[in-house]
Amino acid sequence: MAGKLDQIFILLRDWLVHFLPEALRPAAGVVLGVIAIVCVFPALFALTTVFERKGLGRIQNRLGPNRVGPFGLFQPVADGIKSLTKEDIVPLSANAAMHFLAPIVLVVTVFMGFAVLPMGRHMVLVDIDAGLLFFFAMGAATELSVFMAGWSSRNKYSLLGAMRAVAQMISYEVVLLLSAVAVVMISGTLSLPKIVEAQNTYSGIFPHWYIFTPWGLAAFVMYAIAGTAETNRSPFDLPEGESELVAGYHTEYSGFKFALFFLGEYLAMFAISGLGTTLFLGGWSAPLSILDFVPSWIWFFGKVMLSIFVFIWMRGTLPRLRQDQLMNFAWKFVLPFTLLDLLVTALWRFMGEGWMRWVVCSVILVAAYVIMGRASLTRKEIGPRSYRYAE
Amino acid sequence: MLGEGILKGMAETAKNFFGSYVSKERLTTVEYPEVRIPPAENARVFPFLVYDGADWEAGLRCVACQICEKECPPKCILIDKSKDKKPDYVGKQQFYPTRFDIDVSVCMSCQICVEVCPFEAIKMDTEFELATDDRFGGLLLDRKELAKSNEYYHSIHPTEASEVDARLAEEKVKVAAKAKAAAEAAAAKAAAAAAPAPKPPAEGGT
Repeated sequence: MAGKLDQIFILLRDWLVHFLPEALRPAAGVVLGVIAIVCVFPALFALTTVFERKGLGRIQNRLGPNRVGPFGLFQPVADGIKSLTKEDIVPLSANAAMHFLAPIVLVVTVFMGFAVLPMGRHMVLVDIDAGLLFFFAMGAATELSVFMAGWSSRNKYSLLGAMRAVAQMISYEVVLLLSAVAVVMISGTLSLPKIVEAQNTYSGIFPHWYIFTPWGLAAFVMYAIAGTAETNRSPFDLPEGESELVAGYHTEYSGFKFALFFLGEYLAMFAISGLGTTLFLGGWSAPLSILDFVPSWIWFFGKVMLSIFVFIWMRGTLPRLRQDQLMNFAWKFVLPFTLLDLLVTALWRFMGEGWMRWVVCSVILVAAYVIMGRASLTRKEIGPRSYRYAE
Repeated sequence: MLGEGILKGMAETAKNFFGSYVSKERLTTVEYPEVRIPPAENARVFPFLVYDGADWEAGLRCVACQICEKECPPKCILIDKSKDKKPDYVGKQQFYPTRFDIDVSVCMSCQICVEVCPFEAIKMDTEFELATDDRFGGLLLDRKELAKSNEYYHSIHPTEASEVDARLAEEKVKVAAKAKAAAEAAAAKAAAAAAPAPKPPAEGGT
């Protein structure tokens, strides 16, 4: 019974497909999978927008939206209707084709990333050997759409937002990849289902998730920082810093195109959370071996929603960084630390089993964290400004 | 250590997040259309005309002196003076406005009309829900819409209304005393002259 519930979506797909002739079945199965992804994640997006607004409200001791439907749950429906009925304005001097394509490219590339994420036991749309590589390739393509949007709008705010977005995304993409490389070094595979399988073992009741190792924790923290920056979420939301740039690269978008950018941003958040879950939090595996009877997809989506909650929590807490702080943080702290973490991971790999490697790796990482943190926290004493010529 | 401040901040926001579900004091939001805070006593929105007694038309304090119309900085008041007269609160014959319009879409709530009015006839209202689907006629209030009873005035600005009432009562007493004195003087004069021509009753000037 538990196994059936676990595989309910696979069984449902197979049952639906068996009505078709033999030759069409593989293609129909994939189409069904695509339809499921295209339905489930926008639905999650709709739910997340209302939960985000309610959560942020609660963080600020407000109620949040509570008028549309019970507890305000139909708020996304109202928002959707509103954005559909709004006038779609394209600036006269904008490059119309690019301007039209940018939101589509964004949503399509973000959706592509979901193809390789294992969302449950055997629940992966395409099981390719280099799934991780495919995911990052698609993640990098979102930068293209951001820049398309900013450049084609012919608006200074849009362009500034796009420049910031590209600078930021490229800087943090490096960290994102390097922190994932640590996982690849241990698991020895680029296939995401295999990475999950590698973590789906238990000693006693406790799982062997990579986050529960010194190098894994460090890589996860760096991955979380880079992922937040990659999805342009607060405190790294400079590209759309509304107090400075109106709305950044999507300033000139209105109506449903704007909603598509919004959708793209949230889908990217889901994708990054999903990949983080897969790499470090054991994907669809249960957190305790005795909880194994709960369907695997519940664990996957539960972990994703938990990460989304942390995203919202951070957004409600942290102020936006300045551009130079953002870049300094990326290149002077996060990147060196991730590189060090790669070395530690190698050490972990070759020290073999035993408690020695726990001690050595932890000491190295904690010491590095403390020293680098100290260094980045001490400010240069500049002293009072002196004017040589203009007295 | 690096990140300490972030953790502290996260703890603070988490406290807010969960606290807002537990303690009612944290949630200061008043859900407006259902729940209302009574307006502060010194709140003011747009002017209204005070009337005494039960009949708004007979009881209007306004004597159509048109000072407010002239003083109004955005010129949102329009007054037509009557041809005939009717007695005011002390019994003196006064003109009254046959038309008193305030365009609240022009009014800037400066209260100058209230300050210049010698008859305590125009006061500031606290009613703010004036939304209408007719932005011309709906926001042009005539004297019927503007007329509100003295009891209503007491209910929105109790302290100020009591002061005004005391002042009016004092004036009424003063006028009555003056009229009485004038009447007595007239009677004495009449008695002295023995057979004078009938004089109009003395009126207390204000």
